[in-house]
Amino acid sequence: MAQITFDNLAHSYLPAPKADTDWALKPMSLTWRDGGAYALLGSSGCGKTTLLNIISGLLHPSQGRVLFGDRDVTDLPTAERNIAQVFQFPVVYDTMSVRENLAFPLKNRGLPSDQIAARVDAVARMIGMTDTLDRRARGLTADAKQKISLGRGMVRQDVNAILFDEPLTVIDPQMKWELRTQLKALHREFGHTMIYVTHDQTEALTFADEVVVMSEGRVVQAGTPQSLFDAPAHTFVGYFIGSPGMNLLDAQVQGATALVAGTAIPLGAPYAARHGRVQIGIRPDAVRPATEGLPFRLIRAEDVGHHRILRGEVAGAPFNLVIPEDEPIPASFDRVALDPARIGVFVDDWRIDPLERAA
Amino acid sequence: MDKPVNNRAWFLVLPVLVIVAFSAVIPLMTVVNYSVQDTFGNNQFFWNGLGWFQDVLESDRIRAALGRQLLFSAIILAIEIPLGIFIALNMPKRGFWASLVLVLMALPLLIPWNVVGTIWQVFGRVDIGLLGHTLAMLGIDYNYVNDPWDAWATIIVMDVWHWTSLVALLCYAGLQSIPDAYYQAARIDQASRWGVFRYIELPKMQGVLLIAVLLRFMDSFMIYTEPFVVTGGGPGNATTFLSIDLVKMAIGQFDLGPAAAFSLIYFLVILLISWVFYTVMTAQRDRT
Repeated sequence: MAQITFDNLAHSYLPAPKADTDWALKPMSLTWRDGGAYALLGSSGCGKTTLLNIISGLLHPSQGRVLFGDRDVTDLPTAERNIAQVFQFPVVYDTMSVRENLAFPLKNRGLPSDQIAARVDAVARMIGMTDTLDRRARGLTADAKQKISLGRGMVRQDVNAILFDEPLTVIDPQMKWELRTQLKALHREFGHTMIYVTHDQTEALTFADEVVVMSEGRVVQAGTPQSLFDAPAHTFVGYFIGSPGMNLLDAQVQGATALVAGTAIPLGAPYAARHGRVQIGIRPDAVRPATEGLPFRLIRAEDVGHHRILRGEVAGAPFNLVIPEDEPIPASFDRVALDPARIGVFVDDWRIDPLERAA
Repeated sequence: MDKPVNNRAWFLVLPVLVIVAFSAVIPLMTVVNYSVQDTFGNNQFFWNGLGWFQDVLESDRIRAALGRQLLFSAIILAIEIPLGIFIALNMPKRGFWASLVLVLMALPLLIPWNVVGTIWQVFGRVDIGLLGHTLAMLGIDYNYVNDPWDAWATIIVMDVWHWTSLVALLCYAGLQSIPDAYYQAARIDQASRWGVFRYIELPKMQGVLLIAVLLRFMDSFMIYTEPFVVTGGGPGNATTFLSIDLVKMAIGQFDLGPAAAFSLIYFLVILLISWVFYTVMTAQRDRT
């Protein structure tokens, strides 16, 4: 087990990348502590899998270094990195039994057979396949095959890290929950560094201690789920995390006031004047119906159980409110009030700090 | 739910029955017909029971030809299947070279069989053939016309040249269908090169290998044109395989009865051996 460091790491699938968009992974430096549970979150094609494959050595980065602890592993082949990885779609060795599948990584490392048997039994219990150990892997359902893949990923105890590349895509929802809980339990028990790639924010937020949000090949923010929610560093994070995502409105910011389509909105703190596209962002649960404030046009209301979502528009931009189920909604309202303390200011999509805190 | 029963529906399968009857059943039955009768000319036939079958089964000449045929097919399979797999594993996976190699590999398959025979017949000649002449210049005593060993070697090399491509292309198709994730998982699991072959590539090639083995067995077991052109079955009877012997008997000697019995036995042997291959190779797959 080791701390994982990326030093000015970048990758392009093209031989001679020029434009910014040629890079599947833009230059980044980051350190992940030993034993952490990390989630890489982002939409499809944002470079998550590229980063994962660079860690496991399936891909050689175009530039930069990968370090496990103090050791530079950039040029090490996959086998010598001692990494476990579970892929999006099940990979099983068809001709082997479930037992042989689980034992395969251990066998390849030449472990004594009694140790292999003990590990295989433990993992089989974990994935709930004790009864099917002697069946052939061919002909099992996709669910079962993916559980075998997960099991193979977890069977080695001495790995530097376990990487999961959207491993629960093919698993049905109830089993998904169960397996994720088990992964968490496994993490607590053995303290492996775990890196979990997903485009599902619920999965990321429930699994990880720290979530790394990626967009278009760039790491836009890394932090605890709470900090991503409360203080997104980039409009993408605000929009991507939370359901519905953060409301974003074009604004002019002057001191501690924002002007949105002619309406003045008080901010929690003064900001310095900036050039570029200025937006204010606020979470839907920090907005309330009001009789004065920002003009709002309600389009429809959705009851999603423990709260209600009011979808509408402010100054032509989509704008949502989240109201707890026990709170009454006025029969008709055309204004909304924003909680000043929870408004964030973004310039060219990046969050900026107010004056006092920056100083 | 009650299904309506209407026996006129049988007329719907009639066209298929007619086609199959004319293309397969009736021709085969004429052979069966000849195999149980004898004639002394004048289109007069006499019932001969299973006499011809007995003669064929007891014939030393046909037994020897069967032995040569089995040996030939065994050698062909033993060379072409592993060689085809080996070539497929080493063919480029994509890009310009992959296309070029595919075209080159397909070339021998596009040449008519008698032309293949002619090519090798000339190629191996000691006086003007590139191969034969070169070997002679190197001081190697090679002559497929006189020496049974050389005749066999020539025909086997010719068949390998002609048909290994087929095995390689089939295996290549099987290999191309393996997703990258399998190779990546194998690297993660620290599998050896042999492990990758044994547990990923070979199982995924099983289906196409079955086809390759069956095709190569049947074709090599029925081989006629190429050895007929190159050696004509000689020297002596050294390369007289079953089909060459059969043609001699049916057309050369016009022994219709024995030739018909011979054909039927030949057909049953091919069917039997193909069934054995199929059963053995799929039993492995269907085990759970």
